[in-house]
This record gives sequence, C-alpha cells and structure tokens, in this order.
Amino acid sequence: MDVRTETKDIKKKNAGEGVLLEYLKSTPVDVKIINLNKSFGNNHVLRSLNLEIKPAETVVILGKSGSGKSVLLRHIIGLEKPDSGRILIGGIDVNDEELRKKHTLAIVFQSSALFNSLSVEENVALYLREHRVFKDENKIRKVVSSALSLVGLEGKENIMPSELSGGMQKRVAIARALVMNPDLILFDEPTAELDPMMTRTIGDVILNLREHVEITQIVVTHTIDLAFYIADRIAVLSEGQIVELGTPEEISRSKNPVVRNFIAPQFEREEGGSEI
Amino acid sequence: MNGVTAFFQTTGEILGLLVESIYWCKGALSNREKIFRQIAEVGSYTLPVAALISIFIGGVLALQSGPTLALFGLQENIGGIVGISMVRELGPVMASILVAGRVGSAMTAEIGSMSVYQEIDALKTMDIDPVRFLVMPRFLASFIALPILVIYMDVIGWFGGAVVSAANPEIGVSFDVYYRNLSEFVEVSDVLNGLVKAAVFGIIISIVCCYVGLKTKGGPREIGTSVTRAVVLSFILILIFDYFITRVLLLLDLQKRLM
Repeated sequence: MDVRTETKDIKKKNAGEGVLLEYLKSTPVDVKIINLNKSFGNNHVLRSLNLEIKPAETVVILGKSGSGKSVLLRHIIGLEKPDSGRILIGGIDVNDEELRKKHTLAIVFQSSALFNSLSVEENVALYLREHRVFKDENKIRKVVSSALSLVGLEGKENIMPSELSGGMQKRVAIARALVMNPDLILFDEPTAELDPMMTRTIGDVILNLREHVEITQIVVTHTIDLAFYIADRIAVLSEGQIVELGTPEEISRSKNPVVRNFIAPQFEREEGGSEI
Repeated sequence: MNGVTAFFQTTGEILGLLVESIYWCKGALSNREKIFRQIAEVGSYTLPVAALISIFIGGVLALQSGPTLALFGLQENIGGIVGISMVRELGPVMASILVAGRVGSAMTAEIGSMSVYQEIDALKTMDIDPVRFLVMPRFLASFIALPILVIYMDVIGWFGGAVVSAANPEIGVSFDVYYRNLSEFVEVSDVLNGLVKAAVFGIIISIVCCYVGLKTKGGPREIGTSVTRAVVLSFILILIFDYFITRVLLLLDLQKRLM
C-alpha cells in the first residue's frame, strides 16, 4: 500500500470513528514562555528564550540536534525546572499545582516510552484506568479502540509493544496521549528514526488532530519536511534561542542566515523534485 | 558533592521513598492484583532455589554440630540446634540474600530500564505517581512474601538436618528423636523473631532496589551497574540490620524472661 492510500484509509476510518472525537473535548490553551534559562553545568542550553503559542495552534520547533529542543519540551511539560524564567499555560505557571487541575497536558516521547510489560490496549488505557475516568470497562475499550483507529492501528489491542515497529510504537504513544483528552499535546521528535513513509503517516495523524480536534500542539523536530507539512507556525531554535518565528511561507522566505543555513539544503533538494 | 553529603542525601532519599511507600499503602486494596502478581513473582523466582539451598543449609548445620555433640554424648540435641539456627538466623538471612539476588536485581533492572527509556517520565506526565504505581506493590509484596518464604525454608532446612542426622553414622539420631528435640527447643517466639527479621529485610530489599532503579540514568550499561549496586547495598544492609535487630530482639526476650 502506498503512502497516500494508507493516509486516505486512516482519514476514512476517522470519519467513521466518532467515539474518540466525541470524547475529545479539550479546551485549547495558549502557551507563554518568558525569558527561560537553563544550564546543565557549564552548558547554557536555553538562553532567555521567549515564545508565545496561541490556543489550538500547531507550532513546530525546528532546530539542529543539540539545540535544546527536547529540553524546552521537558520544561513545558514540567519535567524540568528552569534556572530562571517562566512558562505559563492557559495563564497558569507550569509548576503550579492548579495547572493539572484545570488542564491536561500530554507528551509523546521520542522513545515512545511504552510500557513493555503491558499490551497495546493496556498502554493506551492506562490513564483512563488509573484515574478512573470511566467506570464502565466497555466505554474504556471503545475509547481505546477508537484512539487506535485514529492512528491507523485498529485490531492491534492485544499485541505487546515489543512486537511493533518503531512507527507503530510512535502511533500507540500518540493514541495513549490522545485518550488523556489533553488541552496541550507535545511531540518530541515524532518521526526520529522513521522512514519517509512512516514520517508521512505520523504527519497525517498530527494534521488530522488539527482538523478534527481543537487542540494546541507543539512539535519538536529536526525534520524540515515534517515541519513545513504540519505547522501553522514554525519557530527556529538555535543556540538556546528562538531566532525566527513565522508561518512556513515566512520561514521559507526568511533572510536570517541561521534559518537559511538550516533550511537551504532542503529547498535545494525540493528543486530537484523531492517531497515528504 | 562530597562523600558525607552524598551519604546523607542518599539515606534521606531512601527514607523518603520508604515513607512515601507506606503512605501509598492506603491504595493497596485497589492495587491488589499488582501486589499478588509481585508476590507470585517472588515465589516463582525463589521457591525451587530456596528449597535446594535450605535443605543443604540444614544438612551442613547437622554435619558440623552433630559429630561434636556426639563426642560428649549430646547428639540428641541436634534437632534443637538446627531448629533454632534455622528459624532465628539462617532462614531469614539466606532467604533475604536469595530474594535480593534474584528478585531485587529484577526490580532494579525493570525500574532502571523504565527510567532510562522515559517510562517513569511518561507516568509522571500522566499524573500517575511512580511510587504508588511501581514501588508500593513491590514493597508490600516483599514485606508479605519474605516471611512466608522463611517459613518454607525453615521447614525444608529442618528436614535437611533430620536426613543428615539420621543418615550420618557419626550422629545417628533418628527422625523421631530429632523432631521431638526440635519441638522441645524451638518456641513460637523464636519463629516470630525470624519472621520479624524477614519482614524488615523485605522492606530493605524492595526500597533499596526500587530506589536505585529510579535513580538510574544513561543507557543499558548504567542499568547493569545499578543492578550490581542495588544487590551489594541490599546484602550489606541486610547483614548490618541483622545484627541490630538480633540485639533488639535478644533484649526484648531477656526482658520477657525477667518479668
């Protein structure tokens, strides 16, 4: 099956799958990052970083490996504490207990971070069961099955993560994040180590979410193709700072030498006929 | 950070993990499946080996003490000596060392690998407390399973001693005499002493191994290092605590006799 056929199939199945879309009633939040600084020893990773993301926007943070993208994401989800600066999500500080009561944040890790001792169904349902979101097991199964269907993995409920390919594991991780009904979803290198076909599929899943669900999405990647394919806006991160922020068109026309250096090889390739 | 600060920090963090685990025991009922699964894991990892080593420990005890007792015509007391040695000391210590080596190492490896591969972070972002989800079931399972394992090892160890006492011509004590003497010497309080030790060792093993697992950072090599560190630390703490628990239990025993 070629990429486009598979993508169409996923979209067609989504159209028929109402359970998850009915369940997903997020309140998209804005994200404000103000003067964020973080060092690890002598390595100053984030340098007075500022960024504003609007509700229901898909922002891609683009940068080379080691530019501090994943560290930034870990700060947004609250897994790291900054040396100075603040992150406000829906106007609430990310380290404020109040935030988790009002908003749900989810992240898809670069490594997928699935629990190997649990099946695909148990992985996806973990949040629902642990927080007793539904008392009815049937409802949990329906939501899980619908989430798996949204990412094109229907019927894989009883498989163990170790039996899945890297791309499938990523999609299970996305399904697990979705059932949390998040107001903000973060993707850490969602297509790292994936082939172009799987990159396209993951990109389509993110686009689908943008189309069907009002949700704020932040995607960290160094894959330029993916960034231009899914983003409302792109923020280019270099040396711990956002050096350019704009729509994909604006970024492609940017005169900033750092941005040019980073994206130029891609556009040169495209002139030769390459695409995602 | 110097060694002294690191020592106090680690001790504080281990005690903190212990307190948190005790706090989360309030959710034991709703996590009973996980706890039973862990208890079953302790059993499946240890029962065959525990049987093998305890039969030989009982046998060696009889082999070492029996001929010497026979020199003084006291060989009929062999049942009591093997019985008390097993329940008060060798049963709990050997069971704990076995559990630390087989189950504790698996705990550290599993939790360590979850730390390295961001699964612990995933739990945190899902608002699932890793101590409640991962540590508490292992903590309770070790606390419950170790005393049971000790009873199992005691019984088999006694039997090992009985076989050697009957089979070795230098000792020549029948099963009947052996068990009669054992029942005269071994009191319920002796068995309880061993069970108290086992329960404390169970707590030490689970908390230390989970703590080291949770602190694992890096890659597969660090997971291996963590496993070694957890097992060695558990062994050391088991032997140190064994001395102090024995001291306390002897004092309590003495007080009871004086009353």
